[in-house]
Amino acid sequence: MNRTYELMFIVRPDMAEEDQDKLISTLENAVTSSSGQVKSVERMGKRRLAYTVRKFHDGIYVLLTVEGGGGLIHELERRLRVTEPVIKFLTVRIDEEQKRLDKIKAIKDAKRKAAAPAPAPETGGEAPAATA
Amino acid sequence: MADETRSSESSSSSDRPDRGERRPSSRPGGPGGGREGGGGGRKYFRRKKVCKFCVEKIEAINYKDIRLLAQFVAESGRIVPRRLTGVCTPHQRRLSLAIKQARNIALLPFAGRAA
Repeated sequence: MNRTYELMFIVRPDMAEEDQDKLISTLENAVTSSSGQVKSVERMGKRRLAYTVRKFHDGIYVLLTVEGGGGLIHELERRLRVTEPVIKFLTVRIDEEQKRLDKIKAIKDAKRKAAAPAPAPETGGEAPAATA
Repeated sequence: MADETRSSESSSSSDRPDRGERRPSSRPGGPGGGREGGGGGRKYFRRKKVCKFCVEKIEAINYKDIRLLAQFVAESGRIVPRRLTGVCTPHQRRLSLAIKQARNIALLPFAGRAA
């Protein structure tokens, strides 16, 4: 059962860089130990929160893309919940949306290919924009 | 031609949030104006609203794309209804889901301005 999830979590703004690294690596270990796979880790940096969370106005956003089953997500969320510096997290399943987008893209590409053998390259570039 | 529609669309979308606030108060005036002109229909011209996502072919409505989502959130934090924005039903559905996800992770406010 392989699904792709996006875990976004916010840690408190005063958390040291090393502590963040430690937290991320423990999460990565948790993923790999339950036969999952970490696709990417993205630090989105410090951002202003839209509303106060645990009396914080800012937070450091981290985005983790993970492949694995539901059990893995359960474990990761449990870990995030008990980790004190994490003030908020959100998990979103993205594989189905990605599948949908890929499908749309494939259709678009096919259409473009069909429209490509148009007379001039310039009009050929414009035609798909008007018809697609 | 495509550029022209796009530029006018983006300019109208930028003032959209406050338009959403203003509309309800101006609306009662609309039918009154119609009555004044007799059976001649509406007095003012309203541009046909089009779905931004259909026109600009934006397929991905992601909760991380706050700049996109913020165009459809009023100053008060409300999701602007599609009768004001002209977004089509399938896109409004995705849009509202994305906005709610963004609210959950403190990217967008539940109520009020992002503080």
